[in-house]
Amino acid sequence: MDFLTLLQVLDTSVRLATPLLLACLAGLYSERSGVVDIGLEGKMLAAAFFSAAVAFYSGNAWVGLLAGVGASVALAVIHGLASVTFRGNQLISGVAINFLAAGMTVLVAQSWFRQGGRTPPLEGDARFNPIELPFAIGPSDAAAADRPLSQLIAEAGPLQQFYSELISGHSSLVYLALLTVPFTWWLLFRTRFGLRLRAVGENPAAVDTAGVSVVWLRYAAVLICGVLCGVAGAYLSSALQAGFVKDMTAGRGFIALAALIFAKWRPVYALWACLLFGLFQALELRPDIIENVSGLKVQVQLLGALPYILTVVILAGFVGKAIPPKASAEPYIKER
Amino acid sequence: MTAPAIELKGISKAFGPVQANKDISISVQPGTIHGIIGENGAGKSTLMSILYGFYKADAGEIFIKGQKTLIPDSQAAIRAGIGMVFQHFKLVENFTVLENIILGAEEGAMLNSSLGNARKELKHLAEEYGLNVDPDEVIENLSVGHQQRVEILKALYRKAEILILDEPTGVLTPAEADQLFRILDRLREEGKTIILITHKLREIMEYTDTVSVMRRGEMTATVKTAETSPEHLAELMVGRKVLLRVDKKPAEPGATVLDIKGLRVVDEAGVERVKGIDLTVRAGEIVGIAGVAGNGQSELLEVLGGFADGTGTITMNGEAIPLSGHGADGQARRAAGISHVPEDRQREGLIMEFAAWENTVFGYHHSPEIQNGLLMDNKGIYTEAEAKMQRFDVRPPDPKLAAKNFSGGNQQKIVLAREIERNPDLLLIGQPTRGVDIGAIEFIHQQVVNLRDQGKAILLVSVELEEILSLADRVVVMFDGHITGERDAAQTNEKELGLLMAGITDTSAVANGNGGNDNSTQEVPADG
Repeated sequence: MDFLTLLQVLDTSVRLATPLLLACLAGLYSERSGVVDIGLEGKMLAAAFFSAAVAFYSGNAWVGLLAGVGASVALAVIHGLASVTFRGNQLISGVAINFLAAGMTVLVAQSWFRQGGRTPPLEGDARFNPIELPFAIGPSDAAAADRPLSQLIAEAGPLQQFYSELISGHSSLVYLALLTVPFTWWLLFRTRFGLRLRAVGENPAAVDTAGVSVVWLRYAAVLICGVLCGVAGAYLSSALQAGFVKDMTAGRGFIALAALIFAKWRPVYALWACLLFGLFQALELRPDIIENVSGLKVQVQLLGALPYILTVVILAGFVGKAIPPKASAEPYIKER
Repeated sequence: MTAPAIELKGISKAFGPVQANKDISISVQPGTIHGIIGENGAGKSTLMSILYGFYKADAGEIFIKGQKTLIPDSQAAIRAGIGMVFQHFKLVENFTVLENIILGAEEGAMLNSSLGNARKELKHLAEEYGLNVDPDEVIENLSVGHQQRVEILKALYRKAEILILDEPTGVLTPAEADQLFRILDRLREEGKTIILITHKLREIMEYTDTVSVMRRGEMTATVKTAETSPEHLAELMVGRKVLLRVDKKPAEPGATVLDIKGLRVVDEAGVERVKGIDLTVRAGEIVGIAGVAGNGQSELLEVLGGFADGTGTITMNGEAIPLSGHGADGQARRAAGISHVPEDRQREGLIMEFAAWENTVFGYHHSPEIQNGLLMDNKGIYTEAEAKMQRFDVRPPDPKLAAKNFSGGNQQKIVLAREIERNPDLLLIGQPTRGVDIGAIEFIHQQVVNLRDQGKAILLVSVELEEILSLADRVVVMFDGHITGERDAAQTNEKELGLLMAGITDTSAVANGNGGNDNSTQEVPADG
């Protein structure tokens, strides 16, 4: 495998890791506050549909993004009501949200567009297009030279290849997702809000007796989770793909949860976990590469299952113990 | 006279049909330690939680330093200068001491400056009150006593003038408890007001200036501690005269029932917990094992009860019983005549979700008298359970109620009824009155003594020294897996046993020929 192929695989990994990372961080906020959210999948799916639909009508991807975030936050509020206000079972609420989103998106899509539960393809500004970073070889250079972009990159030096192929040329949401990682770390470990958020996921009674509202903190976390899931969904339908198709999240919400466990609920580890899982997904698309490198023919399904297998290994405690926030999944009820 | 630090007027609070507090009025003078004593469920903790804004009262008024104050939430209580140390600490276990202290009292949106200032303030508080804790240590690595200090520091950091402590010594070793009271004395000298909720009469008598007694949600009396006696307080708590000493004749030991030689127990982590002990228990005597929790007593009971493995030899009525492998289980032990009232009755003695009548036969399912062909004779078991609950005064006497709905004392009575009525040769009983009300303690102790008087052997393990001293005939002290001493209960005293419990075997300085006289006063270890 040559350097350029490696860069291409990594480039694909980054693009595929982005929705995982956003969803994983979404789950991180929620679970750090003690609210388990297996409805990441459903929230992403709803956001994917509404952002694509609104982007199609408005012709503006950013307006679509807002709509997607709105849809996801609406579902997050339902989850918050069920699990924080009414102290219901968080898993059941999450499952319900997943089913609701799976059915609702297709139904509304069929009713609005009559294309078998999909949106029409998004073009131009209705999509998040790749950003060309300064000094990178991009489509504009290809147009100026009137040659294919791939040729130009192939002729460049390794550093330029690395920069143009891997670093440059992603949509703005990819960079946004990457920036969310240090921001989350800073918020969790350097601010008052973060201290309280972590505390409420470990021992809500400690927060309550310290005179801080448990309910408010948990709602804040659930809403942040909704926003990030919304961005992840919008990225799926209007950056990674060009339009919404039925069940397009394809289990990414669950892989994100697996990544969250793999990352032991820490933001920087979450980045590495999602990049690793993104790499598996990229290799799933290019089984020929594995065959060339290792000489083994690998079933692509195995790659698809790897995130889950690794998560089980982690949960079994082989690679250091993954200890979830202590009050996870437990509604806070003042003891008598 | 200055205005009271706290004055509550006509506080009432109901949880559904249960009236936890009924029209309670109390006045606490500044710069004093004010005790509140009462049985489990008397409403002490509820009252204090109302004062701390954790619950909202249905009716009543709160005055702080003469000012009428509304306390709708904990934030308001903190502002009014009230701090509370809960029985179950409200600490975030994987946070550092410093993080726990600033939580909710941060100075601004960024943590760094808050942490720095809190560190300085903490140092200052440590010097002033002798509350030394490493600010960067993670809570879960701290001993229980130090965790409690963090709770006190939290309150002081928030400038509390009034400190409420809910059952503070329930989880402490005697030495830690002594330290706590030294700190409380110091706080009182500095002019702080302290409210001490406890069920231990000894603590009330020794450390408080004033004491209020609660019973069934009502305040029955407030008296100066110097003007009252433990017997009087106990009567006020229970509502009738209570026997604070165990009424028993001298033991008449018979043949050896249990004979342990060279017993060693290694726990799951590979640590040796019992390091070769020899012990005998004879018919008609109560042998009490004293020791600070975690010195091998629990493991000893587990091996005898058949749910842990050990090495060495144990004979029961002259016959060796296996200590590991086949035949080393609870059922075999019961067949050999051993009954076991485990230390942790909620985990090992009962199934909390199951009804009381089902709990009365656990471990004895195979007994022929409760079979009905292929099925169990549920009707018979139920009727028998009803009778047992009458005999053991279980309240409420409803066999259909789940075990978890009984109070600690009544749960213990259910376990006792099951184990004692099987007529064992040897009764193992761990922490018989942990979490049990004073009224029930009297009953439970009487049952144990009755069993002894029937010529049964009893091995008692308790961390309550006074319980050991008053109930046992012979006291064996364990320290670090060894037996450090054996004394006649009537010929020893708390000081001597205290030294043995710390591993000091030279006790000639405190040995006391007739030390039994002030030890027969039974402490009242109950827990809310």
